[in-house]
Amino acid sequence: MSTDVAVRVEDKLFYNRYQVDPGRAHIKVRPHTTPTPQLKALLKACPARCYELNDKGQVEITVDGCIECGTCRVIGEASGDIEWSYPRGGYGVLFKFG
Amino acid sequence: MIEERFDAIVVGAGMAGNAAALTMAKRGMKVLQLERGEYSGSKNVQGAILYADMLEKLIPDFREEAPLERHLVEQRFWMLDDKSHVGLHYKSDDFNEEKPNRYTIIRAQFDKWFSSKVKEAGATVLCETTVTELAQDAYGKVIGVKTDRRDGEIHADVVVLAEGVNGLLGTRAGLRERPKPDSVALAVKEMHFLPRETIEARFNLKGDEGAVIEAVGTISRGMTGMGFIYSNKECISLGIGCLVSDFQKTGETPYGLLERFKQHPSVAPLIEGSEVKEYSAHLIPEGGYNAIPQLCGDGWVVVGDAAQLNNAIHREGSNLAMTSGRIAAEAIFQVKSRRDPMTKENLSLYKKMLEESFVIKDLKKYKDMPALLHNQSQNFFLTYPQLVSKAMQNFVRVDGTPKKEKESSTLRSFVSARSWTGLFGDAFRFARAWR
Repeated sequence: MSTDVAVRVEDKLFYNRYQVDPGRAHIKVRPHTTPTPQLKALLKACPARCYELNDKGQVEITVDGCIECGTCRVIGEASGDIEWSYPRGGYGVLFKFG
Repeated sequence: MIEERFDAIVVGAGMAGNAAALTMAKRGMKVLQLERGEYSGSKNVQGAILYADMLEKLIPDFREEAPLERHLVEQRFWMLDDKSHVGLHYKSDDFNEEKPNRYTIIRAQFDKWFSSKVKEAGATVLCETTVTELAQDAYGKVIGVKTDRRDGEIHADVVVLAEGVNGLLGTRAGLRERPKPDSVALAVKEMHFLPRETIEARFNLKGDEGAVIEAVGTISRGMTGMGFIYSNKECISLGIGCLVSDFQKTGETPYGLLERFKQHPSVAPLIEGSEVKEYSAHLIPEGGYNAIPQLCGDGWVVVGDAAQLNNAIHREGSNLAMTSGRIAAEAIFQVKSRRDPMTKENLSLYKKMLEESFVIKDLKKYKDMPALLHNQSQNFFLTYPQLVSKAMQNFVRVDGTPKKEKESSTLRSFVSARSWTGLFGDAFRFARAWR
């Protein structure tokens, strides 16, 4: 994955409307020291690039740009790597077109 | 707990949920529909093509008022390699009929309208409410739902789970498993806005005519996947989807695929100069017949994408959703009219009725197709498109090579890529899965 593609994801999310629910992340990553293969896969498979590596090499999530597709749940919930819910009613992405 | 009791609670306001809520409300049932978005449609994502026949069964005169984009007069299938496309195009003036068969729609707008019909029919629609769990009694019978509102438990005789592909509530209650990476595709989509004359010129359309393109080939980089380009009135829906398990295996990024698809020389001129106004993503059930979970139980039925009802081969989903929602509602109404309890046994009428409809019959027809395409994705999505493109180029390029030599060179390229056994095997397996 080249850097310019990564930059464009943020640009893409900028088109969207969101109602952010501060302090209530609807997806949580299980604390870990070394990421599992599932967590590593999320770095690339998440279409909103919500998952990133921090400087300790752990996978972190920022849910603000989440487009609520469920891909990370399909990959990472069964192994317990993530906890996944929908945002509270009315919060999250607000599609104009869908 | 909310004291008011309902005949039925419908979770979700997509195609399946709206069809179910509308059908039950029209029959005079007391229906509550819960939706987590700010309005019905604000969380819903689709290409999107609407199939008129299934909506007509619910709202016969929908053409007069529904927000429709273009009626489709042309279908294009493209097989792409990196620089070319080989196309099969079907365009007919027959599709310029009084009651067209297929339309493009924009889901957020269409669903908002669909929901207004549900409300008119008398259902209570409560938005901005996320259902967090099913309420079950000591025997496991579903008796209602728990929501994220204060005192948010609500009871009903039956719950219609139209919660979408993720099917979170069903999984949480142990009614079915969560979708597996190889049974769902992740699709990403952008909305490209252009003046309507520009769209009509680029797709060779008149008035409200529309065209859609579906493309397979090297754009999915050997993964099981498909790109699509749908013309709306003043925008183009463009996206690409591949199996989640393939993304996981290859480390390809969905937005990387989308960018490459947009840059393909056959695609780029169609969207040149457009203004993008939205980027969305959605999962699509791809497991087919073998992935259909249990469809009903004590106090519940499941419909639409949550029941994995999607025909990946014909790219039909919303019509299966609408039909399953309507049939579930009719079955529930029959059980209620007989004053029978909403037990698994009584609700299995829904399963029986669905099996008699095109929904299950079509999915059964292609039951072996997902496994074939998923296991042989390199061949069907990379090798063959490249070979076909090469063969076409060899056929049309005039360079003084005798035709006989050209033909044997094309044949040799197929045999060396797949061998005779491979070629016949693929043809045989494909024919058998299609049958």
